[in-house]
Amino acid sequence: MSAHTPFPAASARLELTSQPGFSARSALAWQDIAEAATMWHLCWTLSWLDIKLRYRGSVLGPFWLTLSTALMIASMGFLYAELFGMDLHEYLPFLALSIVLWNFIGALVSDACVCFTSAEGTIRSVRMPYTLFAGRVVLRNLLVLAHNVVVVVAVDVLLRVSPGQTALLAIPAFILWLLVGVALSILLGALCARFRDIPPIVGSVMQMAFFVSAVIWRPEQLKSQEHLLAYNPFFTLLEIVRGPLLGTVPPVGVYLSAGLFSAAIFLAAWLMFARVRGRIAFWI
Amino acid sequence: MTAELLIENVSLEFPLYHGNARSLKKTVLNSVTGRMANDARARVSVQALRDISFHLKAGDRLGLVGGNGAGKTTLLRILAGIYEPQAGHLRIEGSLNALLDPNLGMNLELSGRENITLRGLYHGLDPAGIRKLADDVAAFADLGDFLDLPVRIYSSGMVVRLGFALATAIRPQVLLMDEWFLAGDANFLEKARARLEDMVRGAEILVLSTHMPAVIHEWCSRVIWLDHGRIRADGAPDAVMGEYLSAPR
Repeated sequence: MSAHTPFPAASARLELTSQPGFSARSALAWQDIAEAATMWHLCWTLSWLDIKLRYRGSVLGPFWLTLSTALMIASMGFLYAELFGMDLHEYLPFLALSIVLWNFIGALVSDACVCFTSAEGTIRSVRMPYTLFAGRVVLRNLLVLAHNVVVVVAVDVLLRVSPGQTALLAIPAFILWLLVGVALSILLGALCARFRDIPPIVGSVMQMAFFVSAVIWRPEQLKSQEHLLAYNPFFTLLEIVRGPLLGTVPPVGVYLSAGLFSAAIFLAAWLMFARVRGRIAFWI
Repeated sequence: MTAELLIENVSLEFPLYHGNARSLKKTVLNSVTGRMANDARARVSVQALRDISFHLKAGDRLGLVGGNGAGKTTLLRILAGIYEPQAGHLRIEGSLNALLDPNLGMNLELSGRENITLRGLYHGLDPAGIRKLADDVAAFADLGDFLDLPVRIYSSGMVVRLGFALATAIRPQVLLMDEWFLAGDANFLEKARARLEDMVRGAEILVLSTHMPAVIHEWCSRVIWLDHGRIRADGAPDAVMGEYLSAPR
């Protein structure tokens, strides 16, 4: 007679054949994604514990994020409104939203680089779908964003600005962001696991992108050259969410550019994942 | 569904990435200057397993013996689906639990309860199952009020008890076990041993890697001797162990 109740492990079947063709590899990659989707509860718990651990023992907890974002936006708001000669009432809501959204993108991209290497212990001791770790990167950053959004709302309430119903257009665009985030985590996570000099390259690209993507300056300030921004994928992806939230509908060109760039990321991530999924365990 | 484990002609070459092989610049330069062939040779790899085949059915208890680096742990990782083989075919029917790393998923910063919840989720348990798991593990590991405190502040004995209780709580049809798990069995309390024996008996298929002849004689009905990644002998425990122990080393 056993002293404790046994917990039967979930029934399962595992079949692996070596040297599969691209279609067999694609099937395995797709199976990985489908399995991860059924494990959303684990993904959510891992993400939540990541945030909780980072701030365990501090009084404000994750609201330190909110506070530091608020301080950054306040100090930059006064400085750049003065430098650009803009009205603070008009500039501050723009800056608050831009900074919060850009911080989300920036943190997501840098987390994506360590998507698999930071989960080394788990990957090497139990078979888990790799997409789970990509989902964890996106969810964790979504939770951080949820804390920072408080600052944007506070600025809008204080200055009595509202984007109106146009803001609803940001919802599908934001869902696209989350999906691109998962694809990017798989793509960068695998690349960075194999080639350890990629994370610094990604870091400097993101730093450059911050300055050229109309995050702290307004697109109108480019005057006659404004149309060039449509060729900057960072700007167009930012604008499809930011524009509607500021009450303006982005032009078709911006949507087109953002859509094409997203499609390119999806395609690259899919080809990469189908090709190297079985190799990641050896790289980390 | 009865458990079954089939592995056919599996080989695994373990790439060792270090120094230049990790560098994007070197890889790109090599491919641009047409030195790809050199690159393939410059990358050091170890032939970890060659042409491994065996078939296990419900009731089989397989022991893996062999010296350090013979490929025992790598083979267990392949059976667990962690490393995907580059040659051959693998099919496992039935739920599987691999006790490879004593601290799997154990995060020292999290509380005992949070660690239990995570392990439950990794095994796909529902919230009710996780609550039962927490009760079971807490009772066995005898953590008391420490259950809600970070594992970091536990005594080393408590950490061992928690890790052991977690690893042995989930009952699979196919149990893969690395030798660390039995290594300290002389020091285990009587109830720890009873719990482990209960789990091993409950499993339909056992694959156990070990150095210790006593463990083989107690648990296994078949033994495979791995030598430099190849199967050197496969058969009844007495025959294979006699050959293994008398081989010059």
